[in-house]
Amino acid sequence: MSQFPAAERKARPTQRQWNEWRWAWGLIAPTMIGLIVLNIIPIFQTVYMSFFKSGAFGKGNLYVGLENYRTLLADTQVWSATRNTLVYTLCVVGIGTVLALLLAVALNGRLRGKGVYRTLYFIPMVATPAAVTLIWKWLYNYRFGLFNHLLSVFGIAPVNWIDDPNVAMISIVIVGIWSTLGYSMVLLIAGLQEIPRDYYEAAQIDGASAQKQFFHITVPLVSPTLFFVLVTSVITAMQVFDIVYMMLGVTSPSYDATVSLVYLFYNNSFKYSNKGYGSAVIMVLLVIILLITALQNRMQKKWVHYQ
Amino acid sequence: MEKLSFSFRKRRAPILLHAVLILISVIMVFPFVWMVLTSLKTVTESTRMAPFSFLPESFQWVNYATVWKQNDFFQMYLNTFGMVALRVLCAVVFSAMAAYAFARLTFPGKRFLFGLVLFQMMVPTQVFVIPQYLMVDAMGMRNTLFALVFPGLVSAFGTFLLRQFFMGLPKELEESARLDGCNIGQTFVWVMLPLTHSGLAALAIFTALFAFKDLMWPLVVNTDIGAATLSSALSKIGSSYSVDYPNLMAASVLAVVPMLLLYSVFQRQFIEGIATSGGKL
Repeated sequence: MSQFPAAERKARPTQRQWNEWRWAWGLIAPTMIGLIVLNIIPIFQTVYMSFFKSGAFGKGNLYVGLENYRTLLADTQVWSATRNTLVYTLCVVGIGTVLALLLAVALNGRLRGKGVYRTLYFIPMVATPAAVTLIWKWLYNYRFGLFNHLLSVFGIAPVNWIDDPNVAMISIVIVGIWSTLGYSMVLLIAGLQEIPRDYYEAAQIDGASAQKQFFHITVPLVSPTLFFVLVTSVITAMQVFDIVYMMLGVTSPSYDATVSLVYLFYNNSFKYSNKGYGSAVIMVLLVIILLITALQNRMQKKWVHYQ
Repeated sequence: MEKLSFSFRKRRAPILLHAVLILISVIMVFPFVWMVLTSLKTVTESTRMAPFSFLPESFQWVNYATVWKQNDFFQMYLNTFGMVALRVLCAVVFSAMAAYAFARLTFPGKRFLFGLVLFQMMVPTQVFVIPQYLMVDAMGMRNTLFALVFPGLVSAFGTFLLRQFFMGLPKELEESARLDGCNIGQTFVWVMLPLTHSGLAALAIFTALFAFKDLMWPLVVNTDIGAATLSSALSKIGSSYSVDYPNLMAASVLAVVPMLLLYSVFQRQFIEGIATSGGKL
């Protein structure tokens, strides 16, 4: 290679470079073609479709400009879906991550049977959400469910876990936390194992209490993992669909109090076949997720410590 | 005094901790136990409040036979396994290829193309659903196995994940392979790929788990019950067995059992796979 003048080497790739380029392009071709056809172009198509009103039988789409977005702003269901999605995310990620961190710390030390606990806590993660929700729906059943039976044993009046709009969101949040706790916990345990033992030993010699060690050693040193868990949990929770869809239908009195943005997107796009409006609804979710991600990245500098 | 109370707390703490951890174990596992118990009862027994029956009076295994016959579970298993297997195969093969190129080769357009990979990972999957559905529809492929696999043909996440694994391998290995006369393809397949087996396993587990759990895509694209997956079929079964709770729970058992069995055999690989796929991002 060195016998070529530098200028010429830059202008025309050598045989060896050509060879490398051809291999590289060949290796990435399936993934890149797939990604462009399946994901990149669809993003623009969805944006494009959000300016159309879908005609009957999916044919004859009519350009309506920003009308879908104007309808959206006036649609109380979109507003409640946005609020429900944010409330769900805040509760599931907030409570779930704190619980997961506490469990991870408990299972990270020298504890007998910690492997068994870890295995058990992860089980909900490997079950299909569709089945999981059917089980919980049965536990929540107003007349025959186990929960209301247990309440009756203590002389407490039955709770309408699913069809009471004031309770339904709590019931859904419980299933959400139960399903994802093991996942966050496993990731956090992996993060905790990276913390060197001597930090704690040094702190113990200095007489730091368990709480002090938790807040001054554990939290800062696990913060990169914690940040990753928060980001992925928020994105997953914002896309909640399975639990709400399986838990209650559009006729439930709790529908407005629990419907999520993705559920609303699904109903508009595929149940009512208005793909234009569905596309506009999902754009709301896209914008919110991008905003939250940007915000998290900005705040990350304040509390995440990379070693 | 100070020392005494400290040692007292030290002995008491594990017992209290175990009590809490066992309670949480019960909360995590009990719903599954209740599912199995209900699936073995008669309808009358499952809806009787006084006397409330906790354990089935006699095991109604017939519920499973009924559910199996009323819904073509054999076909659903085939659809689900077919989808999971093909998605895992595509994700692992194509991602490994692309990841190696992004990690170890230099070529024009690398930064831009990898930017596309990162960009895809930031966009919620529902944004792709309508166009993907219209593509499958235009191809006349709705209600097929191909339709179920379609969105999982390639994996941006897998490409990103495996790239991290390739970047962690020492450069010398590749150089010595080249000196021995291997071309780039041979170096990739025979030298680099075997060294990333833990990454490949993590990606396979991750892909299988999320393909198995996916609900919206099969629901949208395969509306025929004969082409449904376990997840999407359950949503239909759920409404057809309105008050037949034992049959509903038997169907749920049949839907969760494959993954639970896999998990009980490969629990370490599952947990490590999830932990590494998260830790590498």
